[in-house]
Amino acid sequence: MFYREAGQFKNTYHADQAIFPIIQDRWFMALVLLVAFVVIPLWANEYWFQAVLIPLYIYAIAAIGLNILTGYAGQVSLGTGAFMAIGAYATYKLCTAFPDLNILIVFVISGFFAAGVGIVFGIPSLRIKGFYLAVATLAAQFFILWLFNKVGWFYNNNPSGTITAPPRELFGIMITGPEAHALTRYYVSLGFLSVMALAAKNLVRGRVGRSWMAIRDMDIAAEIIGIEPLKTKLMAFAISSFYCGVAGALFIFCWLGSAETEAFDIFLSFQIMFMIIIGGLGSIMGSIMGAAFITLLPIFLTNVPPMIGIPIATDLSKHIEEIIFGVLIVFFLIAEPHGLARLWQIAKEKLRQWPFPY
Amino acid sequence: MKIRNLLLTAAGMAVCAVGIMESKIAAAEQFFPMLVYRTGPYAPNGIPVANGFRDYYTMINARDGGINGVKVSFEECETKYNTKLGVECYEKLKGKGATLFNPYSTGITYQLIPKARVDKIPILSMGYGRTAAADGRVFQWTFNFPTTYWSQASTFVKYVATQEGGLDKLNGVHIAHIYHNSAYGKEANPTLDALSEKYGYKLTKIAVDHPGQEQKAAWLQVRRKRPDWIFMSGWGVMNQVAIKEAVSTGFPMDHFVGNWWSGSEADTVPAGDGAFGYKSAALHGTGTDWPVIQDIIKHVYGGDMALAAENKVGEVLYNRAVLNGMFGIEAVRTAQGKYGNKQMTGEQVRWGLENLDISNAKLKALGMEGFTQPFKVSCKDHETGGPVAFQQWTGKGWQFVSDWITPITEVVRPMVEEAAAAYAKENKITPVNCG
Repeated sequence: MFYREAGQFKNTYHADQAIFPIIQDRWFMALVLLVAFVVIPLWANEYWFQAVLIPLYIYAIAAIGLNILTGYAGQVSLGTGAFMAIGAYATYKLCTAFPDLNILIVFVISGFFAAGVGIVFGIPSLRIKGFYLAVATLAAQFFILWLFNKVGWFYNNNPSGTITAPPRELFGIMITGPEAHALTRYYVSLGFLSVMALAAKNLVRGRVGRSWMAIRDMDIAAEIIGIEPLKTKLMAFAISSFYCGVAGALFIFCWLGSAETEAFDIFLSFQIMFMIIIGGLGSIMGSIMGAAFITLLPIFLTNVPPMIGIPIATDLSKHIEEIIFGVLIVFFLIAEPHGLARLWQIAKEKLRQWPFPY
Repeated sequence: MKIRNLLLTAAGMAVCAVGIMESKIAAAEQFFPMLVYRTGPYAPNGIPVANGFRDYYTMINARDGGINGVKVSFEECETKYNTKLGVECYEKLKGKGATLFNPYSTGITYQLIPKARVDKIPILSMGYGRTAAADGRVFQWTFNFPTTYWSQASTFVKYVATQEGGLDKLNGVHIAHIYHNSAYGKEANPTLDALSEKYGYKLTKIAVDHPGQEQKAAWLQVRRKRPDWIFMSGWGVMNQVAIKEAVSTGFPMDHFVGNWWSGSEADTVPAGDGAFGYKSAALHGTGTDWPVIQDIIKHVYGGDMALAAENKVGEVLYNRAVLNGMFGIEAVRTAQGKYGNKQMTGEQVRWGLENLDISNAKLKALGMEGFTQPFKVSCKDHETGGPVAFQQWTGKGWQFVSDWITPITEVVRPMVEEAAAAYAKENKITPVNCG
C-alpha cells in the first residue's frame, strides 16, 4: 500500500533507467538528504558530529570502496586500512609541500595515489582468487604500514612519526586543523559521501558494474563473452582504492586530526570488512547501513547503562558491550545472511503488501 | 517475520535513544574526566593508573571534603588505549564540564594537543606525550611536568656514565634502544642520537611493533650486536615479553634499563625470578609507606590492606596516578588562590597549572615528603626539567639505586625549542610572550 508502483507509467527510456524509478524511493532519498543536510546540523551538538556522524560518513565511504571490490567484483581484500593510509599520508605530504593547494582537490588527488598503489597490489588477482588473494592483499596491509612507519620522509621526519592535519581553509572557512568547526567538517564528509555514493551507484548500474558482476559470478564465462579480466579487475582495484584513499584522507583531516600508522592497522581493515558483510555484499545502501551498524552500536551500548541509571564498572560495561556486539552480529547474520540491505528490501516488499502481507 | 519486525523496531529505538543520553554534572563540583583503559592489551598498566586517580579523588572528598570545600567529581570512559575511542571519550566528557584532561596515552595526547587550545581545556600529560610541549610559549595549553622523555633519555645517559666511570668513558660504549614502534616509543630517539654525537657512544635502535607480544627478531639483533646497555621504551604487554626475552638471551639484567613506563610490577612479576635486577627510571617512590597512601588506605579502603593490595595500591603505576591526581588537585587549589574558592573553569585551571609551585613544604603537607622532588612551573617552561631517579627490581618491590639525576638541559632545551618552533610554523601558531 505504501510502496506500490501501480499507476506509475514510464514513457521514456530515460525514466525507465532512472536510479530511483519509483516515486516513493525518490521521496525517501530526498527526505534522507534533507535530514542529513538540514535537520541534523540544526540539532546535533559537537559530541554527535565528532563522535558519531563524521566517523560514520567516513567509514561509509571506505565501506563503499571495499564493497565495489569485494561485493561487486568478487575480489577479497584485507588491505583496506593500508589504502586508507596511502590517502592520508599522500594528503599530508601534498598539503605540507603545497600549502596553497585547495584542500578538497588534495583529497581527490590523494585518492588517485591510492588508486595507483591499488592497481599494483591488484595484479596478483589475475592469478589467484579467494582466500589466496586475501593473503596477497594482507601483504599490502603490512608492507605499506611498515613503509610509512620506517621512512621518515612520509611524515616529514618529525621525531614522533605522527602526522597532524595542518590548518587549511577554503573561501575563508577552516576545513581542517583544530579551528575547523565540527559543522564544516561534517559538511565536507557528508558532501564527499553523497557525491561518491551517487557515483558508485551509477557505476555499478552501468557497463563497468555489470562487467564486475560478471567476473564475480563466473570469470571464465565473463571472459568468453568478451570481458577482459585484466582491465576489469584492475579497474575494480583502482576505483575501490580511490574510495578508500579519500576515506583515509578524511579520516585524519576531518576526524582524528592527528594519527600514526597504528590508526590504519589490520583491525581497521577487518572492521570495514564486517561493515560490508553486515550491510550486505553488492549494495551501496548496504555499505552505508553496515557502517552505521558497526559505528553506532558500540557507542549506543556504551551509553545505555548510565542512561537508564545502572551504575556498572567501566571495564565490566566494556566487556558486556563487546559480548552484546558480537552476539548481535551473529544474530543479524542468522536472521538475514544477506545483510541489512536485504532486510531493507524485505521491509519494502512488506510495505507493498501492507496491510495484507502473505 | 516477527523477529525481523522486532529487530527493526529495536534498531530504530536504539538510534533515537542515543539522543537523550546527556547528563550534566551538578554545578558546584570540580569535574575531572578520566580516560582509562581497563581492558585490552594495555590493561595491566591501565588498571593501576585508573585506580590511583579514582582513589586519590575519593580520598580528597572523604578526608578534606573536596578542594577548599568544592567537591571533586569524576567519571571514567574506557578508551582501550585506542585513539579512535579516545575521540569519543574526549567529546563525551568535554560536554560534561571537563576542565583538565590526563589522557595517559601518548597517541591520544597528540590528538588532543591541537584541540586543547580551541576548546580551552588544558592537558596535563605528566611525563609522556609530546616533548616539544615543554615550550609553554607555543604549547600554552599543554603541560608535561615534572619532566619529559627527552630529559629522561639524557638522565639515562648520565646514569650509564656514572656506572661506566664518567661521561668521558662513554666513548665506545654500545647502547641499544628498544622501543615501541609508535609516537610514544620513538620520542627518546632524537635525544639519544644527539647525545651519541656529543659523547661518542654507539647507538643501535631496535623497533618492536604494537602490541609487542612477538619480539624474537628484536632480540636476535641484541644477540648479534651485543650492546653493553639496553634502554627500553615499552608499554603494556611489550615490557614483560621483553624482560622474558632478555632473560632467555642471557642479557645482564642490571644493564637493562626501562623508562618510567617500563618499570612496574605488571612488567616484572610475570617474568618471575629472571626479572631480578632489572632497572627502570622513576619519578617517585613506591610502596605504601607514605602518609598519602596511608590516608587512601584509611579513607577509601577503611584500613583493609588486602582489598587495597587487590586494587594495586602502592604499585609503581598506582603511585604515579596518585601523584598525577595530586598535580591536578593542586592546580585547581592554586587557581582558587587567585579566583576564589569555587568551581574553576578550564582557563582558570590552566592558570593554576602554569603557576603551580610544588615545594618541599607543600609535599610535606600533602604527605608526600621524599615521595618526589619539588619543582615550579613557569609560563615558558611547562616541563621544569625535574630530576629522575633509577630503581631496581628486588623480586618483591622496587628500590632506588641512584640519586636524583638532573637532565642535560643544555642539550635538551634547545631541541625542545626547535621542535616547538617547527610545530608553531606548521600550525600557524604565534608564540605567546612570557615576559
